[in-house]
Amino acid sequence: MKRIFWFMGVILAVVGLLFGVKVGLDWQSSQQKSAARMTKNQDQTLTIFNWGDYIDPTLIHEFEQKTGYHVDYETFDSNEAMFTKIEQGGTRYDLAIPSDYMIQKMRAANLLEPLDYHELKDLQEYDPELMNQPFDPGNRYSLPYFWGTLGIVYNDQDVAADELKTWNDLWNPKWNQSVMLYDSARDVMGVGLASNDDDINSTNMSELLAAKGRLDALMPNVKAIVGDEIKMYMVQNEAKIAVDFSGDAQQMLAQNSHLHYVLPQGRGNMWFDNMVIPKTVRNKKAAYAFINFLADPTHAAKNAEYTGYSTPNVGAKQLLPAVVKNNPDFYPSQQTLKKLTVYQDLGLDWTTTYNDLYLEFKMNNHR
Amino acid sequence: MKSKQSIPYMVPYVLWIVLFVILPLLLMLIQSLQDIHQQWTLANYANFFRSGTYLKMTFNSIFYAFLVTVITLSISYPMAYGLSRVKNSQFWLLLVILPTWVNLLLKAYAFIGLLSQTGTVNQFLGFIGIGPQQLLFTDTSFILVASYIELPFMILPIFNSLVEVNPSLPNAARDLGATPWQTLRRVIFPLTLGGVRAGVQAVFIPTLSLFMLTRLIGGNRVITLGTAIEEHFLITQNWGMGSTIGIILVVAMGITMYVTRDRKKRGKR
Amino acid sequence: MKKQSLLMKFYLIVVFLLMYLPIFYLILFAFNRGDYMTSFTGFSLRHFATMFADTRLMGILLNTFIIALLSSLVATLVGTFGALGIYLLKRRNLQNVFLGLNNILMVSPDVIIGASFLILFTMAGLALGFGSVLIAHIAFSIPIVVLLVLPKLNEMDSALIRAAQDLGARPYQVLSYVILPYIWTGIMAGFFMTITYSLDDFAVTFFVTGNGFTTLSVEIYARARQGIDLSINALSALMFLVSLVLVIIYYFIANHKQKGSGKHKRATVNQQLGGGVQ
Repeated sequence: MKRIFWFMGVILAVVGLLFGVKVGLDWQSSQQKSAARMTKNQDQTLTIFNWGDYIDPTLIHEFEQKTGYHVDYETFDSNEAMFTKIEQGGTRYDLAIPSDYMIQKMRAANLLEPLDYHELKDLQEYDPELMNQPFDPGNRYSLPYFWGTLGIVYNDQDVAADELKTWNDLWNPKWNQSVMLYDSARDVMGVGLASNDDDINSTNMSELLAAKGRLDALMPNVKAIVGDEIKMYMVQNEAKIAVDFSGDAQQMLAQNSHLHYVLPQGRGNMWFDNMVIPKTVRNKKAAYAFINFLADPTHAAKNAEYTGYSTPNVGAKQLLPAVVKNNPDFYPSQQTLKKLTVYQDLGLDWTTTYNDLYLEFKMNNHR
Repeated sequence: MKSKQSIPYMVPYVLWIVLFVILPLLLMLIQSLQDIHQQWTLANYANFFRSGTYLKMTFNSIFYAFLVTVITLSISYPMAYGLSRVKNSQFWLLLVILPTWVNLLLKAYAFIGLLSQTGTVNQFLGFIGIGPQQLLFTDTSFILVASYIELPFMILPIFNSLVEVNPSLPNAARDLGATPWQTLRRVIFPLTLGGVRAGVQAVFIPTLSLFMLTRLIGGNRVITLGTAIEEHFLITQNWGMGSTIGIILVVAMGITMYVTRDRKKRGKR
Repeated sequence: MKKQSLLMKFYLIVVFLLMYLPIFYLILFAFNRGDYMTSFTGFSLRHFATMFADTRLMGILLNTFIIALLSSLVATLVGTFGALGIYLLKRRNLQNVFLGLNNILMVSPDVIIGASFLILFTMAGLALGFGSVLIAHIAFSIPIVVLLVLPKLNEMDSALIRAAQDLGARPYQVLSYVILPYIWTGIMAGFFMTITYSLDDFAVTFFVTGNGFTTLSVEIYARARQGIDLSINALSALMFLVSLVLVIIYYFIANHKQKGSGKHKRATVNQQLGGGVQ
């Protein structure tokens, strides 16, 4: 019995030691932050909740220098995870950057603060084409941060530019075992719907089944259905073609000059990541200061160059290199944009239907 | 010590059995009988058995597990046999066990590097003139990596049963004129069936749930029962359907255990 | 005969090479100067430097060990007394009922354990994170301990207990001076076995973790989904070293008294099961 107590003591001591090291580690990593926090009170802190690696870090520094606020930058990796964190409360996020359909969902769940337009500056810089979207009519709750499209990345060593113009070109038997899909129910189902010229927010069961049938026919061409590693595989020439977002595409293009991005003709998806002020806000003044800081074309341009995403800021777009701003795949014409649709939150039942059909598509994969 | 005295010792243990063995399975059963709005329904089961996709996936997933089991068994038996006959077999056994202590995800990760289009295996294939092949994202690669990971779990029980074989039995067989092959087939193999059975169980059931491999190595081109459960629970959030597949997997597991049970020993107990 | 054994040795060496090739491949590229796992461009320790400088990764490493040690400790206590309870039960069929229940978690695939625990924790309103992961690890570790301790108890001569009782020992004394010392190696084997099992677990943790709490396996999975990152290779080199040390410690304990049997959880379990449902 003594031996058991002795043994327990030793193990608990080791656990205590590890725990101590962990606390020390946490303290060390937050030391600079807390040092800054010591001198400034809580009113001077702005907590931003954003996607990982989705802002030029020098902008944060510049903002801190200019306004005297201290920025806590926290990240999430899915809209759903972000939603849960804000819904659960106990957090103090002053500014968050969710995507379109999630803004609709958060609005419905009463998790957003309406924007006070008296506090906002440089509103004329936002491209009116990108405002007043169905997920937030009149931009009462959100302003665009970045936007983009869903398209096709190809490697010019294997694919000629005119071989991929529409979604239907993906079904060409020439691309047997060559296409990588980004693993996401809405996006893949969206490709199926768009290729049938149906609405990508369809809640018509026969349209959805038709889209699923269309996807089943695509399966022989599908090489893999993967997540973020799709970027690495494309850069390393593992596959000829990938269906992915314009933002991911920019990052791939920067690493492999053989890669190109096309926005297929016809229907398709257009997405937004918008800035919102969630209910968890503690420092509204700082949140507005940051929104206004980013509305400045020079700052927005800098951010766009760093991340590679398309900016909604008209002035900023003018500051970008000509090859970028005149590229119709990343900055499509208004005519093209009219054909694109933003995802809507379809509610629990339809979301489940999309997910189930998509999973069945993935299961039905035998060569 | 009387059995009365065993009661206080058992309180935490019994609590554990109720809370973490019986209750979770019960909850899973209940969940499988509900739809996404928590209404009672049999629709999930109907969906499973009526939709050809689920049945086909289940069949494929069992077939993959069967292949992995056969492959590991055919590599393991001679391996275990050899190990039981070399000097310092305990040391060599340690070398078999060591890879099982390396994190499974790390091993899977190594194969991403090995099997990719520009990976080491393809560089080698190119070097010997075959030229690069599509290796990653195929059912072959999934079976290969799964077999690699499961191999030690097959070797160990077979080795243990081989060591327990009384050496005088094969010796007697040989004295009576049996060839080494006859000795192996007629004497040693029947005596080690228990180990083979244990190995089959240790490989077959876990292979059904290797969802991380179907994702990382199979690129979702291979979907097993485990992947489908994980997808329904963590991605599509359709817990009812996920639980239904889970309950079916539990039943399949029960059948596997029943089929591979040790009939002789049962009689003795 | 001679030729045959030569063939056998050759076969053993080939299989061993295949078993270790991927692991050494992983470790080799930890020392690569380049950033990819495809071509070795020169020797460098920079990926180790990156790994140690990555406080997030180091924090996760600590989390993983804290979970492993704590869960194994609790599981060893509960499991040992559970085994004792089963051993002391008079009725044989009741013993078999307990053993059968004990083995359910042992033979269940990880996804079933993970998914059913997720339902349980959600219904109980337990926030997913450190607590849920710890409880889950304790839960799946307990049967391992029971299966390693019980054979030790069965192996013990019951005359020992009777002799102690005849000499006037109280139940506590019997436990403390007779039973526990006898089954000590079994308890230790159970403890180390559950540690390794906890360190290696991915599927169960993946289901029941949340709110930013991560263990090593889950983190490797997340990073592997981002692409190749050679600091993972550096980490695997480190982990291989740790496993080597753990294997040696475990062997000293296990080979001290019990020989041959019970080397790994799954193998052990199946041996105990005798290949059948009880």
